Amino acid sequence: MDLYSEIILDHYKNPHNKGHIDSPTCKADEENPQCGDTLSIELKIENSVVTEVAFNGAGCAISQAATSMLTDYLKGKSIEEINKLKPDDIYKMLGIDISPGRIKCALLGLSTTQQAIKNHNNASKKD
Amino acid sequence: MIDPAQIKKDFPILNREKNGKTLVYLDNASTTQKPKQVIEAITNFYENTNANIHRGIYDISEEATALYEGARETTQKFINAASKSEIIFTRNTTESINLVAYTWGEKNVQKGDEIIVSMIEHHSNLLPWQFLAKKKGAHLKFIPIKDDLTLDIEEYKKLLSEKTKLVAITGMSNVLGTIAPIEEITNLAKEHGAHVLIDAAQTAAHQQIDVQKINCDFLAFSSHKMLGPTGVGVLYARQSILKKMPPFLYGGSMIAAVELDSAEFAKPPQKFEAGTSNIADVVAFKSALDYITDLTFNEIQKHEKELYKYAISELSKIEDIKLVTPPEDQAGPVITFTIKGIHPHDIAEALNSENIAIRAGKHCTDPLHKHLGLIATARISLYVYNDKQDIDRTVEALKKCIKIFA
Repeated sequence: MDLYSEIILDHYKNPHNKGHIDSPTCKADEENPQCGDTLSIELKIENSVVTEVAFNGAGCAISQAATSMLTDYLKGKSIEEINKLKPDDIYKMLGIDISPGRIKCALLGLSTTQQAIKNHNNASKKD
Repeated sequence: MIDPAQIKKDFPILNREKNGKTLVYLDNASTTQKPKQVIEAITNFYENTNANIHRGIYDISEEATALYEGARETTQKFINAASKSEIIFTRNTTESINLVAYTWGEKNVQKGDEIIVSMIEHHSNLLPWQFLAKKKGAHLKFIPIKDDLTLDIEEYKKLLSEKTKLVAITGMSNVLGTIAPIEEITNLAKEHGAHVLIDAAQTAAHQQIDVQKINCDFLAFSSHKMLGPTGVGVLYARQSILKKMPPFLYGGSMIAAVELDSAEFAKPPQKFEAGTSNIADVVAFKSALDYITDLTFNEIQKHEKELYKYAISELSKIEDIKLVTPPEDQAGPVITFTIKGIHPHDIAEALNSENIAIRAGKHCTDPLHKHLGLIATARISLYVYNDKQDIDRTVEALKKCIKIFA
């Protein structure tokens, strides 16, 4: 059974950046209603750069590993860079072919992160 | 006796291989595979008889009409309906249930009325009633399930009252496999003057249905879950009710006479079959019904029971597997489970890598999963072509899966 790569399984079993951060500047929660995956992302953004990140939630190996990898990548990146991330960038991080049925799992972390940034921008406008 | 090895030969798709392994298909509650008899019936229709029905004054149209109406007659006998005109062809179970909600429901359900469904309904037997209740100011009530995952009939009795207009209930849960006591449920509803709709999508392939014995008013099921083509559903409705029901869709085929500003409608069933029907697939559906009838429900159930018991006993040996199943004597051939620490999507993906098809997710039953406190589940569902080797391969693959994710 050649299922997922060692890297994916490792991120799934030992996720990076899982938990909470102190005083996040923004967060977002998303759900994948088809499979019930839940994800919340907390970001600390200073001068338009992500300085801290954490995620929480439950889901399949693909969604958890993709989010774990993504959160590693996010640290030190600007909002602009993060908003430019495309599905292909996530597939490259995962390093495996993603079947149509698993696309939502793979991209849940990205869409939640970009939503958190939107929330950040909206809150900044109000200030 | 059913010999799955022999039956497998009728299903070309089961020869499909991946890495030298043949397909093990265990997602029958979602849709079944099709025997060559059904596939050939479709080809044969298009190659030899294709024409529109109920109108052509030429040979092939008359033949097509006879085949289409023949399928209706076979369906009538299959569920022992009193009359052929009580059988309406739709696209699927969902459309059949919506037809009732939009016509009978629209006309008969009023403000303050109550509709009873159960906790184990597929969305297709929940959302039409949610919609109707909201529109009419009626109320939805739910038959709860007990800890053993069977319906709580005592609680159901308490829900029934003079306000109950309709009881809409599944014959079998597509997740738990729980078989509902539909005759008892119907009888109790009738004592309160309520109408009864049975969602037979999960039962029609597995048990003999006798609508006169059940005494229900409506019964809906799908061809594709019982060896037939997709795109064909059946609605049975009692003739006396059907006669008073307004049309569902308006247009060709469903009329008796048309003026520019008015129309008279045809009698049932034509009144409810507007537009050109899915003729070829209805014709092929007859071949599916014949296939099941030839096997006999007696033998089908014997085979399913034996395989179910075997699967349960093999799966129970794996420590990390938690079965979500009712007591065996109240279960149909559906086995839902979870594995500690492994998301059902990953279970399904692991099995897929071994060319084994199962279902993972919420199976169109979000409220039930919420009630059970489960994010998602994995489901094995059996049918006539499945055998012990299919179960053995699945159990092996599950063990490997647990090893990978441990």
